Formats: sequence, C-alpha cells, structure tokens
Amino acid sequence: MAIFNLTVNGKKTKVDVEPDMPLLWVVRDFVGLKGTKFGCGMAMCGACTVHVNGEASRSCQIPVSSLAKNAKITTIEGIGETQLHAVQQAWIEEQVPQCGYCQSGQIMSAAALLKTNPKPNDADIDAAMSGNLCRCGTYDRIRKGIHRAADSLQNTNTGSGK
Amino acid sequence: MENINTSRRSFIKTTSLTGVGLIIGVSSFAREKHPKNISHTNPNKATVLDLEINPFIIISTDGSIALINPRPDMGQGSTQAAPSLIAEELEVSLDKVRLIQSDGQSKYGSQQSGGSSTVRGLWTSLRKAGAAAKEMLIETAAKRWNASIADCYANDGKIYLKNSDKSFTYGELVDEASKLVVPKNPKLKDPKDFKILGKYNKRLDVPERVTGKAVYGIDIDIPNMVYACIQHSPAIHGKIVSIDDSETLKVKGVLQVMKCERQMPHRKSDAVAIIATNWWAALKGRKALKVTWDNGDLAKTMSTDNYFAATYEAAKKEGIRYEEKGDFNAKFANAKQKLEANYETPFLAHAPIEPECAVVHVKDDGTAEVWAHVQGPDGGLGDVSAALGISKDKIKFNVPLLGGSFGRKAYHDYLNETCFLAKALKKPVKMIWTREDDITQGPYRPGMLSHMQGFVDGGKITGYHHHAIGESIVGQVFNGLAPDESDPWLSGEISTENSKYEFPVSKISWTNVKTDIPIVWWRSVYASNMGWGQECFIDELAQLAGKDPLEARLDLITDARYRKVLETIAEKANWKEKLSAGQGKGLAVFASFGSISACCITVSKNGDGIKIDKVVSVLDCGYYVNPDHVKAQTEGNIVMGITAAIKGGITFTNGVCDQSNFHQYNVMRLNEAPKMEIHIIDSGENPGGVGEPGLPPVAPALGNAIFAATGKRLRKLPFDITNLA
Repeated sequence: MAIFNLTVNGKKTKVDVEPDMPLLWVVRDFVGLKGTKFGCGMAMCGACTVHVNGEASRSCQIPVSSLAKNAKITTIEGIGETQLHAVQQAWIEEQVPQCGYCQSGQIMSAAALLKTNPKPNDADIDAAMSGNLCRCGTYDRIRKGIHRAADSLQNTNTGSGK
Repeated sequence: MENINTSRRSFIKTTSLTGVGLIIGVSSFAREKHPKNISHTNPNKATVLDLEINPFIIISTDGSIALINPRPDMGQGSTQAAPSLIAEELEVSLDKVRLIQSDGQSKYGSQQSGGSSTVRGLWTSLRKAGAAAKEMLIETAAKRWNASIADCYANDGKIYLKNSDKSFTYGELVDEASKLVVPKNPKLKDPKDFKILGKYNKRLDVPERVTGKAVYGIDIDIPNMVYACIQHSPAIHGKIVSIDDSETLKVKGVLQVMKCERQMPHRKSDAVAIIATNWWAALKGRKALKVTWDNGDLAKTMSTDNYFAATYEAAKKEGIRYEEKGDFNAKFANAKQKLEANYETPFLAHAPIEPECAVVHVKDDGTAEVWAHVQGPDGGLGDVSAALGISKDKIKFNVPLLGGSFGRKAYHDYLNETCFLAKALKKPVKMIWTREDDITQGPYRPGMLSHMQGFVDGGKITGYHHHAIGESIVGQVFNGLAPDESDPWLSGEISTENSKYEFPVSKISWTNVKTDIPIVWWRSVYASNMGWGQECFIDELAQLAGKDPLEARLDLITDARYRKVLETIAEKANWKEKLSAGQGKGLAVFASFGSISACCITVSKNGDGIKIDKVVSVLDCGYYVNPDHVKAQTEGNIVMGITAAIKGGITFTNGVCDQSNFHQYNVMRLNEAPKMEIHIIDSGENPGGVGEPGLPPVAPALGNAIFAATGKRLRKLPFDITNLA
C-alpha cells in the first residue's frame, strides 16, 4: 500500500491503496464517488470516463501511481457542482438517459469534446463519442444533446441569447 | 361492511387463481382496524401518522404522499410509469410525491419487470388503487361538510367543495378516510380527462441520472463489507479438480479463497470465490488463481457448431405440430411455385453495461438484508430465502436501480452466489461479476433456426409453414416442457393467431434441440429470433408471387389494427417513393407482448456492403403513459435490433465461449447509429407492451432492405454490413 495525494473535483484527498489500482476503483471505493462506473475493465465501453487535466480518460486503465502529482481529476460529481453543466442540462432537456448507467461517461466525453470543439458537427461527435457504449440505445438523443449543449454554450459565451 | 378476514381470503383466492396479485390493487389491506403506521416517513415528526391507504399509497397526516413503484426500473421508465397510473386517478402531481420501490413482499403482487408488462399489467389495478383512495378522501370530506359526494372533487392533493372556498388537504382527511371501506369498483377517469397519462412528461429521475447521484446495484456500500470476485468454470459446468491459491493469497488485500457454487435455476456449477478488502484486490487475486477443471463431455455438448448442425438436421424432419390449417405437406408436395429456406439467429449475451452484482448481509440475529438490482424483488426474495434458509419475513430486500438488464437480471445466479458467500462468511459481502463473467457465462438468448416452407398461387401467398427449432427456455430454465409438447411461448409468438396472416394453408411446428449452454429470455424473447425467419420469408414468397412486399402482406391480413400499422409504416416511410440506384427499402411487421410494430429500413450500397440510411418504426401499443417513454424504448429497440442483426453473436468452441469482452462481442456504437423516426399510433386500444415490441421487426426489415438494394438474400445472423460479398 502507498499514500497518494489526489485532487478530485478541486478537493485534495489522500488515499492509501496499491499503486496499480486503477483510478476507477480509487475514485469509487476510496474517495467514495460512485458516479463513475465500471463496465468492461478494458477501455472498451467508456462508462468509467473522467477528466484528467480536462481530457476525457478511461479511469479503468489508469493506475493511480501513473498520475502526475498535480493531476486534476474531475468526475461526474464535479462537473456541475455549483450549477448543472450545459451537457447535463441538455441531457435533461432531451431526456437522454434510459437506465442512465453509461451516461456519466457519455457526459464526461461530451463535455471534453465541447471544451476543445465548441461547435462539433456530426462527424466530430462520431469521433469523440464512439468509445462510449450505450446498451439502451440512446445514441440519437446523445447526438441531439451535444448539439443542444453546444448551442447553449455558444449563446452563453456570446451573450447573444439566453 | 365486509368482514376483514373474508376479504383477505378473497384476495388470496383471486391472486392464486390468476397469478396476478395486483388484479385487486384496492385490496383489503387498507381495511386494517388500526391503520398501519409506516415508520419511514418523517421520522423526526412524532405526531405525523403515515397511513397506508392501500399497498401502493401512503398518505401522511402532514399531507406528504408516497407512492409505491412495484416494478424495478432497468431503463424502461417504470419509476415514472407505474406511479403515473396512481397519480392520475388520485389527482396528485408526481413532483409532489415520494416514490418507493417495492421490496418483494406479497402485498404488492407481482413485481417482475419483464414481458413488457408494467403498464399493460398495472393499467387498471393501479388506477383503481388511486381512484379508490380518492373516493375515500372525497367521502370523508363530504361527511365533514355535510355535503353530497357529487359536490366534492379532488385536485392536486386536495378535496374541494364546489361553489365554495372550502378545501381539505389529503393529509387532513386521511386518518378518517383510511377507516372507510375501500370501494371495490371505483369510477375510473374517462381517458379524455387524463392530465398525466398519454401526455409528454419529463422523467423526474433524469437529473439524478445525469449527475452521478442515481444509485445502482453496483453503488451499494455498507459498513464492514468484504468484496468478492468469482472464478467461474470456463466451460460453465466444469467440476473443480484442484485449486492452487498460493499466488492469490499473496495479493495484498486478499483475505481468503473459498469454493462456492453458482446456482442457476436448472443446475448448479462449481466456482471459486476470492474474498478481499476491496474488489480490485479480489480481481487481482482471481488472475493469480490456478484451478484445474474436469470438463467431461462439455466440449461436445457446449459447441454452437454442434448445436446448429443438430438444428439443420431437425429441419429435415417433421416437428411437433402446434397448429395446422389444411394438409400443408400434401399441398406443398404438389405446389408448382414453392420455396424452402432456413433462417438462423445466434446466441446473444444481454451485456447490460452494469455487470451483475449484489450485496448480501446475513446478520447475527437470524435476519438478512439484500441489495440487488433484480427485475423482480418478489422472485428475488424467494430465491434469497431459499439460498439463505431464512424465511421471507426476516429478509429486507432493497432494489437499487438496474444499469440495464434486457432480461439478464431476472436470472438470479449472481444473487445466489452472493447469498452463498454471505451465509458462509457471516459478513456483508459485495460481489461483482466482471464483463468477462457476463459475456462468457451466460445465460444467453438461445440461437434458433426457422425452417420455412411456402407456396404461392395466382400471385398470392397460399401456403406457409414455420418450423421453429432450438432450445426451449421453458424446457431448460423451468424444466417445464414435455417431450411431445411444442414450446408454449414460442408457438404463441409465431402462431397465425399472433401474426394475423390468413394463409389458406399453414402449419406451425416445433422441434426442441437441447444444449448445455445456459439460455434465458432476452429482450422480446423468441420474437427476436422468429421475426427474422417469418418476415424475411414472407418477402421471399411475395417475390415468388410477383407481389410488392407490402401488398402481399395486406392481401393476407384483414385485421383492421394490423392493416393500419402496415398502412402507417408505408405512409411514414414513404414506401412507394422512387429510390436512387443502389438503394432499397425493406419492411417487416411483428406483434408481440400485446402490441404491433412495423419497421421500414432504407439502405444504400456502399462498396461491398451497405449503409443504413434511415429507420422508421411504427408502434400500436394502445394506451400508453408517456409518448416520450414509448419513443425512447423504440429507439432502444432499433439500436438493439440492428445490433442483433449485424454485431455480436455468441459462439462456443470446445465448451468455451469464444467472446469475452466488448472487443469481441461488439455492440453498436454511436457512429453506427442510423437516423431514426418513430411514430405511435393512437389506437385507444388496451395498453400493450412498449419495452420490447419494437425490436422483432428490425432485423427482417434490414434483411429485406438489403435484398431490395442488392438482390442478396441473407438468412443467417449476424452479418457484416460493410462486406456482404
């Protein structure tokens, strides 16, 4: 076991775990944030997606010891802590989730996409979101949700509308 | 006033006769002489009485209302749909009530989400529960005002006196109201007066599902629990010869290694559990474990090649007859224009993104508590009781949300395993399956063969035979199929009574080909297999008859509802439109779970394969709760239906599953999801299913579209749409 100092959702936290433990299990079972999900354990489904320094990352494949000391980790619980993220709001408007289990990962991937590409087209969405499986089949709404979130972020940023 | 005991007896009698406990949702339970005090509402307010008006409605004297959802939510929206049925009649708005998931106790009747049964199964009983409570509240208010019942009405949690400013909240009336006789036949609202049912409503649980706050089975943590990961037999039914756990026990966090068992409904398998202080350690311990297995004959009996070879052999022989009109064999032998073809569908894993898991705590005082994402807590409670040897009344069964299921989590092998460990360890245990467990261990949708025969005469389809061949769910899971019996579930789905095809001559038959590969229901059960053969073969016969596939179907069907579905899909999908070169449209119709669905798919040639341009789906599910639920479920059915046609496929070689995770068991991804359009027919018929009926016509619509575009008739699923050469 070893002590790791992590910054999760802006809060510093200390965990005592095996160095090879994936960030997924550290976040879920040692930091206590259950929103990040286990789906496949081999980065094939994206349910475990979190942001590491703003980048969408599959936490099931990141040994906690491989994280840089100053790495900033954001989970679904941290993305809309003060007010819902535009993606979360869009997910509600479009009624995206069915079971919702994969949606933490979907939302984290979508939010990371919009950060680097505020106005993604369908091909951009395909490229950014194809690593996130949804067995309930909410893909059509995920696509609509991302377009809606992009529109709302643009309106907010330009001040051109509400 | 009816005696309380008499009505209790009649409740039990009715339920045992029908098997549907909720048939009298307004049961005698509210007629307790001393209303039941439910302790979990407002524990800080000692003066508040929480009264159970009937098993599904708890109104507190402070006005707060809780409704019980008797059907676990696996994504199909039951947490909204079931309470909506009560709230509509009770005249309360859903955002003002608390929802409680039922816990398996018998007073809630059947609690199984499955068979697309939530709304159609509860449509009358839950509305009656709400309406009866409303009438009791109105009667109480009328008495207090010395007014006639006709002058009182309910709205938004209050009873009002007409032409006055007088009103009572439900909380103010409930103590007295709960002592009244529960009306047996309360008046239900005319659907034209519905405020909630049939209307678009946002689901109230979506915010928690997008913020990581929703609690699924895998999210349960309780103090002092240990974690378990289970090494299953790679050949599923192998027997343990020896276990070498020396490396496992060196893994930090591993506490112990123990033999355990996987109790499936029909048989038991050996397994080894790794118990650890955290699940990652348990998984690492499993990787270090060495188990030697005796697989006996499993290499032969667990082979999909052998299984399908047996189904093709069976196709050459006469099956067990389910129905026959005319002498099909004689007519077929003499027919001038006839066809014969075999349609194959593979075994499939359900692969919900949340793997199977459970938490079980056997306590020192002889009671137990369970947290399990099952589809039905009533069946779950029974299984836990049997596994633990503890009576049901000493078990508290909690049902967290299901992160997908599609039939899988109604099979309680994983829960039984957890019970086995909890009983042995005397500690709370959290057991989680890996994705590899989920894909390699089953149970699966059975692979099936449809042997089709038919003939045409004078431009019409005049003879049809569907011989369904494969393993029986009723037979394997429930040991409930006699050797001379055709599978009762399957035959129902492919009967002419169900398809409404009025063939002049027809036969439906069945042959059971057994396998040791564990099987179970998968979204839409056999309809997901049989739609493929039925609807592609109808197109083949139409072509032989020189008929347009839509016209050929309309020629065979006089049932107005089915015709409307076909006419609607033709209109919405622009069936008659002129297509560009290399494009093709295909359609299919299939009725299942009380609803009728048609699908039309447009494809275009794309290199050696095709691409899907658009999917249009039409559903007549009668009355429904929320059109957006219906659309969402149908979107899911389109994605899962196409996935089942072009992805995945479980195969077993030498006793072992050839796929292990999503790199080999592919499911559709976002970039592959087609454009889709969904139309609901407002037929005003009795409610039918919604969660499954959209699926069966999808694969055959695709197969028929590919034929239209390329001239290639595909008969075996799955196929690769990028390369059909």
